[in-house]
Parts: sequence; C-alpha cells; structure tokens
Amino acid sequence: METILAFVIGGLYAAGLYMLLRRSLVKLVIGLALLGQAANLLIFTLGRLLRGRPPLVPPDAAALAGSSADPVPQALILTAIVIGFGVHAFTIILIKRAYQTVDSDDLDDFRTTDQ
Amino acid sequence: MTLVMPILLPFLTGVAALLAWDRRPVQRALSVLGAAGLLGAGLALLASVWRAGVQTLPVGNWPAPFGITLSADLFSAIMVVLTGLIGLAVAVYSLGSVDPDRERFGYYPLLHILLMGVCGAFLTGDLFNLYVWFEVMLITSFVLMTLGGERTQLEGGVKYVALNLMASALFLAGVGVLYGVTGALNMADVAQRLRGVEQPGLVAAIALLFLVAFGIKAALFPLFFWLPASYHTPPVPVTALFSGLLTKVGVYALVRVFTQVFAHDLGAVQPLILVVAGLTMVTGVLGAVAQTEMRRLLSFHIVSQIGYLLMGLGLRTPLALAGTVFFMAHVILAKAALFLVSGIVHRLQGTSDLKKLGGLYRTQPVLTVLFLLPALSLAGLPPLSGFFAKLALVRAGLEAGEFAVVAVALGVSMLTLFSMTKIWNEAFWKPSPEEDGTTAGRCPTVLWLPLGLLAALTVVLGLAAGPLFALSLRAAEQLIRG
Repeated sequence: METILAFVIGGLYAAGLYMLLRRSLVKLVIGLALLGQAANLLIFTLGRLLRGRPPLVPPDAAALAGSSADPVPQALILTAIVIGFGVHAFTIILIKRAYQTVDSDDLDDFRTTDQ
Repeated sequence: MTLVMPILLPFLTGVAALLAWDRRPVQRALSVLGAAGLLGAGLALLASVWRAGVQTLPVGNWPAPFGITLSADLFSAIMVVLTGLIGLAVAVYSLGSVDPDRERFGYYPLLHILLMGVCGAFLTGDLFNLYVWFEVMLITSFVLMTLGGERTQLEGGVKYVALNLMASALFLAGVGVLYGVTGALNMADVAQRLRGVEQPGLVAAIALLFLVAFGIKAALFPLFFWLPASYHTPPVPVTALFSGLLTKVGVYALVRVFTQVFAHDLGAVQPLILVVAGLTMVTGVLGAVAQTEMRRLLSFHIVSQIGYLLMGLGLRTPLALAGTVFFMAHVILAKAALFLVSGIVHRLQGTSDLKKLGGLYRTQPVLTVLFLLPALSLAGLPPLSGFFAKLALVRAGLEAGEFAVVAVALGVSMLTLFSMTKIWNEAFWKPSPEEDGTTAGRCPTVLWLPLGLLAALTVVLGLAAGPLFALSLRAAEQLIRG
C-alpha cells in the first residue's frame, strides 16, 4: 500500500509542479491545489498505514497494547484540508478578478509590477 | 495569562471591529486602542519573561508532548513587542491614509487578525500550530494585499499568493515528514527525538524543506522575486506592515527551527545558510540601486537586510544570534519608518517616482530629518541602531573566521548608503522639477505621529544599545541553550 501511495504522491507533486510552470492562471490554481493534496497524502502515508487497529483503549485495560493507528496525522490533514479549502476559495476569486481586470489568462501579461 | 494576551487582544479587536461593520469611527477607535493594548501586552510579556525566564502554557491543559504548547522566551517576547510597535504605528497611520472604501470593506478587522497571526507564530511552541498561524497570517495578508482591486494590486497579488501557497505546501510536507520520523510536533520534543535519529541524510532533507519553505516567506536569494513584484502595490500602511512583520516572521521561523529543532550539527546545510545570506544581501542591494521608484527601491532593500538577519543564523554563535535579534529590532523599525516616509512624500508631491520628485529639503525640513534618521540607520552609521547591529554581526563573523561573508556585509553596507543617498539626492536635495516648486498636498498629523515614533525609536535603539544588546545577548543564549 505504501508503495502505491508513494507513486500517487510523487505523481501529484509532479503534476502540481507541471501545472505551476504553465502560463495559464487557472492551471496555476490547479497546480497549487495539487501540491496541497500531495502534502496531505504525504502526511497520511508517513503516519504509518495500519488497518483495523483503532487507537482505542479497551474497557478492561489501562493503556494501549501493541501498535495502533496514529490519529494525529489525520487530525493534521483535516486541519490542512480546511485551511486549504479557504485559501483556494480565495485564490479562485482572486484569479477571476485578476482575469477581469487584466483581461488575460496569460501570466506573461502580468508584468506591469515587475519592471 | 500574559502569554495569551498578545493573541487574544488582536482577536477580540478584530471581532469587535467586524461587529461594528457599518460604523467606521468605532472601527477606527477600536483599531488604535487594540494596537495600543497589544503593545502593552507585549511589554508585560517581555517583563515577565525577563523576570521569570521562559514561559509556557499547555493550551487546554493537555500536557506538553500531546497538547499544543504556547511558549515565550526572550526572543519571542521581543518580537511581540516589535509587533505591537509596528501595529500601533500602522493603525495610527492608517487613520489618515487608508481610503474610506477600503475601510468599509473590513480593513481594520483584517489588520488585527493579521497581527493575531503574527503574534501566534511568535508564541507557539508547536510546529503544526506554527503552520496554522502562518496560514492565518497569509490569508489576511492576501486580502489586505488585494483589497481595493487595482490592477497592480491584483497582478502583484497573484504572484504573492502563488509563491506563498507553494511555500506553505512545502512547510506542511516538511512538518509531515518530521512527524513521520520523530512522532512529535512539539519543538522541544522533536529536537530531543531527532538526536536519536540515525539517518543524517533524511534529517538534512527535512532541514532543507524547512529552509526552502521559510526561505520563500522570508524572501531569501534566490526565492525573493515575489517580494519586489508585489510589496509596493497595496496602500503604504499595508506595505509598512508587511515589510515590518511578514518577512521577519519567516526569518523568525528559520531562527527558531534551526537553533532549537535542528539543534545539532547539520553538515552541509549550515555553510549553505551563510552563502545564501551573502547572496541575499548582494542581490537585494543591487536590485535597489537600479530602481527609481521609491517604494520599489525600499522593497528591494527589505531583501538585502534579510541577508544580515540570516548571517547571524549562519554563524550560530551567541554573539551572532544576539546580532540577529538586535538587527531584527533595528530593521523592523527603520524599514517601516522609511515606508511611512515614502507615503508622506507621495501625499505631498503626488508621486513617488524619484525622477519627478525634488526640493523636499527646502520645503519639508521635518520630513527630511525623519527620513535621514532611519535611512542612515539602515546604512549603519553610528550612533544609530544599524551601526551596533552590524558591528555585532561583523565581530561575530570575524571571530568565527568567516571573512568572506564579513567582507560582503561591509560592502553591502556601502551600497546601502549609496542607494539611500540616491533617495536623498533625488527626492530631497535636487531642485524640484516642477516650476513653482511648491508642494502639492498637506499631511494630517496622524501621518506624522507614527513616523516620529519609529524614527525616534531608531535613535533610542542606537543610544541605548548597551542595555538592549545585553537583552539580545540573553535572548540568544536562551535560543542556543534551548
């Protein structure tokens, strides 16, 4: 499972970077979203993948016995997803306004502040 | 309680200002009061850290390695005080320079939520929590940057948003990998567990992830291009706030992570930091020399000064880190003051293009003095604050035998002086290109007060360098001892 996820994460990073390198504003946002998702999956995978071992202390024991799934990475990812949702919503509105104002989707036309 | 106040106060101010959405006078009063309160809270925190040592607070009473910890050492406390100072200066300056339309669309609430994010980043002792505070800070800064929707703002905003989001994704990945390796997020805990990790390559890779992520936020060479492309586009108080605080949060995070989390020897990463520091200084100042628009010139200077801050981290001796802490205070105050000057110049003459400016020396003697103080301080002339900050860094560099970076630091100082004289010659000294030579507008007092405060502080920082440097030295020792 880790191997498959490793390839998925690598693919997401590669696709995200490729999209960032395009000139289109829309692709820029897609690239940023992909990078965010890749990071989330990375945290998920690094938190060790375990099936059917919830981190719950049984009623007759005082502590967890043996290894169990780590809930922390999932809490981190949940937080990161929520933050990413807000940030990407803002970014999409921003590129819509930028597109309306500059009248172009091409990042090469966004140079007036660079000179 | 003193530990939560710098986060709580701006939050409450922001919420109260949101509730008073339709009443601009109330918002304006709240904003100034809240910023003054934040400064007070910062000073109280500094006093209690000075007396009682490092303060920690387990949020929600979860004990340290499990819950999120807030912690303040002297460095954090100093940064919170500086945040309060800049917050107050900007809040007052905004009263006279932000247009009613921006005020109507939530300028003041955003300002205070931004301050909350900055203080949160300074006070957290947890890496993932640091990420969350960074995002709080980023999303408000995105809106502040683009509020108003002018074409330049949107263009600059796209670059600013894209690069910062990418940095956040890298930071998040770094935190994730670090958690995977150590199973901890609390900074002190991570540092302890990293000592037992037997894979130097992996640790160095994580360190590099953090270096790149924070490097983008701090605008290090070669990751700084978003800064001069975007910082000059929003209104002047926003630029002053960003230049004073946002890139410095990036540097703060670098210092924190590279002294306390990666506390051991990092092999090749350590010399890399020094090389990057030197290159950042040089490219920043060369970019500044080539500019003819005042705010763009100053934006490039931010980059150059970041190099000095990084130099202290690269040397990583107590003296060098004390230099970084002192330089931080100096550059935050001087830089914000210079941006406020550029705002007043723009107000008086209707442009900040150096070619069209002139004659301010004759008509605006007070402004001239208020420009010269932070400008000469930035260039490092005694007895102003920049001199002592650079002296400490240079001495630390000589003691460590890193002569190349010392030479670069001194050379860049000369070029800084040169580009400051350029503003002086063009805007103040040469006769005005306009025939009548009179100034176009007048400035309300609320613009002068914060500038006066910041300029006076750069002098105070220089005159009281002894005790303040002792404070920085103690902060640096805390950083190194962990």
